[in-house]
Amino acid sequence: MRVLLPFHLRKLAQVEGDGVDLHVPAPVTIAAVLDTLEAQYPVLRGTLRDHGTLKRRPFIRFFACKEDLSLEPPATPLPEAVVKGEEPFMIIGAMAGG
Amino acid sequence: MSKVRVLVGTKKGAFVLTSDGQRKNWEVSGPHFAGWEIYHVKGSPADPNRIYASQSSGWFGQIIQRSDDGGKTWTPPGSNPEELKGPEGFPKGESNKFVYEGAVGTHMWYDGTQHPWEFKRIWHLEPSLTDPNTAFAGAEDAAIFKTTDGGKTWKELPGLRGAKGNLWQPGAGGMAVHTILLDHKNANRMYVAISAAGAFRTDDGGKTWKPINKGLKSPYQLPDPDAEVGHCVHRIALHPSRPEVLFMQKHWDVMRSDNAGDLWNDIGESLPTDFGFPIDVHAHEPNTIYIVPIKSDSEHYPLDGKLRVFRSRTGGNEWEPLTKGLPQKDCYVNILRDAMCVDSLEPCGIYFGTTGGQVYGSSDSGDTWEPIVRDLPPVYSVEVQSLK
Repeated sequence: MRVLLPFHLRKLAQVEGDGVDLHVPAPVTIAAVLDTLEAQYPVLRGTLRDHGTLKRRPFIRFFACKEDLSLEPPATPLPEAVVKGEEPFMIIGAMAGG
Repeated sequence: MSKVRVLVGTKKGAFVLTSDGQRKNWEVSGPHFAGWEIYHVKGSPADPNRIYASQSSGWFGQIIQRSDDGGKTWTPPGSNPEELKGPEGFPKGESNKFVYEGAVGTHMWYDGTQHPWEFKRIWHLEPSLTDPNTAFAGAEDAAIFKTTDGGKTWKELPGLRGAKGNLWQPGAGGMAVHTILLDHKNANRMYVAISAAGAFRTDDGGKTWKPINKGLKSPYQLPDPDAEVGHCVHRIALHPSRPEVLFMQKHWDVMRSDNAGDLWNDIGESLPTDFGFPIDVHAHEPNTIYIVPIKSDSEHYPLDGKLRVFRSRTGGNEWEPLTKGLPQKDCYVNILRDAMCVDSLEPCGIYFGTTGGQVYGSSDSGDTWEPIVRDLPPVYSVEVQSLK
């Protein structure tokens, strides 16, 4: 599956292009994607969700198939189109000024 | 041939300014970590090629960066999968993991209630005097962390928060350990300063800490102006040869202690204003100190639009304004607490950065100044390394 990353995290993880391809073991949930992403790119640990609580950081948003999944529970399964790689899982830095 | 390397943290990245010992011609590299807030960059006294940087963002949190080649290349320590395979085979990626020890605990909130500690960022990094892999980190919310593996992992020294932490309260700028001073003669002694809790000292390597705020007065800022904790200390400084003598720029007041902080005395009464943020000590003259006063707590810019460094050659009380080369009209920048430093060349060099993006340098102990660079993002911190 394809995971799109915001500019600063691509730079931090030294990723070319707009994101990364991941093989996420089933069931493919929000948490499973983040676990796999952090395992493959450990520098991203703590940048998307807190180290201790694993709560999503306030200005990080998750989108898939034009749906905002940011407030969904971490165990939420992702749409089939995302699992098959037809649509990306998008990690977005929220519009927050500064 | 000696040279200097000035490490500048700004609101939008880090910059490295280098010059030979003449300190007249400068090369500027950066921005490193472009677009991120860089609260502090500091080199190891034990290995000048080892530099630590605190990189943070409201979106993505805290990152620690490390250079092992004098700032040419950087990596978050221990974040490469190859470097960090744990016993389970998984990389740890813990260089930005700042977790308070034990029960998180609470501190005073603005409304007088108790509020849980919440990690926000690292304000200050203080590498060990002797070991490049050991460094201390000052955090917001206020706590001190230590690494002994070059920044791969960090562990809190929780005794600091045990020094009446439940009475500490954030100021307008947050509640952070912004100053860490290491005693060059006593490895077990350290000082920290916290806004808005005060100054603290450990004599046992960080296990236990005690408030050292006697003599500070904060009328109309604290219910008890002589309180043991709660004073808004902006910066403290010492000279390596005389580490028991401390100088402090407080929210208001410039103070001095001759007994490792046990008692403070006001040394700024003759200044036109004694509000400010940075304070530092000449590299070769332990009684020569520098401050950059600003108008007031409500107006964070120089008095009368004149950017003046004030120098005392007598350890306080008698001050002279240093103005040559600094703007003397229409200047309304601020100089933040970690944005002034001294090199150890002869004559001593002084550097400071402004919220307007200028970094000024003096290669003659402050008698004359020149801008090294004028148009950086707002400067958060300035440190200098004197290199052989």
